Amino acid sequence: MTDKPLVQDFASDWDHTDPKWVADPYPIWEDLRKRCPVAHTDRYGGGWFPVTHAGVSAVAKDTEHFTSRTVVIGNGRPGEEDMPAPIGVAPPISSDPPFHAIARRIMLPALSPAAVNALEPQIRALCVELLDKIGDRELINAGSEYSQFISVGVIKQLLGFPPDDEDLFREFVHIVLEGVDHPQEQRIEEFEPIEAYFTKQIEDHQENPRDDLTSYLLNVEIEGQKLAPEHVFGTMVLTLIAGIDTTWSAIASSLWHLSTHPDDLARLVNEPDLMPVAIEEFLRYYAPVTMARLVKEDMQYLGCPMKKDDWILLGFPAANRDPSVFPDAGKFIIDRAENRHLAFGLGIHRCAGSNLARTELRVAVEEFIKRFPRFELSDPGAVTWSIGQVRGARNLPFRILK
Amino acid sequence: MKVRIDADLCQGQGRCFSIAPNIFGFDDLGNGVVLGDGELTDETIESARLAQSNCPEHAIFIEE
Ligand code: HEM
Ligand code: SF4
Repeated sequence: MTDKPLVQDFASDWDHTDPKWVADPYPIWEDLRKRCPVAHTDRYGGGWFPVTHAGVSAVAKDTEHFTSRTVVIGNGRPGEEDMPAPIGVAPPISSDPPFHAIARRIMLPALSPAAVNALEPQIRALCVELLDKIGDRELINAGSEYSQFISVGVIKQLLGFPPDDEDLFREFVHIVLEGVDHPQEQRIEEFEPIEAYFTKQIEDHQENPRDDLTSYLLNVEIEGQKLAPEHVFGTMVLTLIAGIDTTWSAIASSLWHLSTHPDDLARLVNEPDLMPVAIEEFLRYYAPVTMARLVKEDMQYLGCPMKKDDWILLGFPAANRDPSVFPDAGKFIIDRAENRHLAFGLGIHRCAGSNLARTELRVAVEEFIKRFPRFELSDPGAVTWSIGQVRGARNLPFRILK
Repeated sequence: MKVRIDADLCQGQGRCFSIAPNIFGFDDLGNGVVLGDGELTDETIESARLAQSNCPEHAIFIEE
């Protein structure tokens, strides 16, 4: 797929898209944690990767020395003019203080625990519908027939887009997610149909307001002023970027775990009350999301000579495996009672969708194991994992056991 | 014993109110709040401690 040289030493030349990392990053991190807790690379124009919980926490909480102007690593750097801090392209994820708090405050009520609780019956209905469609077969694909569709369906409902536009919407999701590392100009071109469609939806919502996130964003006011249309558009695109392959990955990786750990599956089937605790362990162990920051100014930090515009790969999944914070960090413990994991980040950018994501993950697993209490991988060699900063199982061929 | 949430540290991770809904609730933004006066009893102290040890932001404090 790429013609990049394979990584020989992740301490001095890390690359989160290297095939070895994609296949199984955990041994790489464990090795680094022992000998080089902040790894370096010259790839992508230069970057650092803190592997410990302490290092990740320090950077996540430090908005003075790092900017969120872009959180996805690529070869270029966005010009200050293209996406000026503190707002950035997709507020609040790309925003720095002080604007960040304003953009975030706007989104939070729409994704609060109360708002999400109200969505739970719809999410459950969606899962049941997918399972009905799968039907009574021995061989199924838990990735392409189930996990993949849940978050897409939920975000479409959240934004209030017409059900008939299902295919179109999926096409946009594809463009948004697959094109993250395309050159800026190509990206602008690819976004044209999305911009046109979203503009149409915004207009339609202006004429016919309803109870959804799009109407909410159009009506909400900051100090008596409505949001600029670019802000509404940016936030809608953000829910696509942030809310889809993330949750999809969490669901798929959790099902992968259950397909390969029959004891854990049996326990969850027999002890449904364990589910909320198990969900947190799924999130810790298979944390799907790694973010990035840019260094603001040349400085010495975590003992490293960081340069302005160096990347920081913010490995929440690596922090979650740090044995100095989690006893038996490398072991999946389904009833782990103390679990301060960072799957949803830390500090001011804590995932605004975490309540929704948790509910989707819980309901998706609950309904799946209710329908299929026993299953295994039918072809372990065919399992694939996504590449990049969102990690999750993709192809999941299962055999349903009677 | 009294439990309190430091509102400057809390980022609404939502662990406290799912673990101990009898002690913690949430506000409009989804940030954690202590229900009532936060006074803990022999029955509630354990779950308050469990919530504390699950808060990623270290925002929960239990004081004499
Ligand atoms: C299991 C699924 C998910 C995981 C693991 C996850 C993880 C994360 C992480 C680690 C961050 C922090 C970003 C940073 O520090 O730069 C974040 C931010 C964010 N996420 Fe999620 N996310 C998930 C699902 C969702 C969903 C379903 C939505 C929305 C519907 C969402 C919306 C957001 C938003 C808006 C932000 C930006 C918050 C801010 O910058 O203040 N996420 N997410
Ligand atoms: S667990 Fe911590 S961060 Fe989360 S809502 Fe409770 S106090 Fe706030």
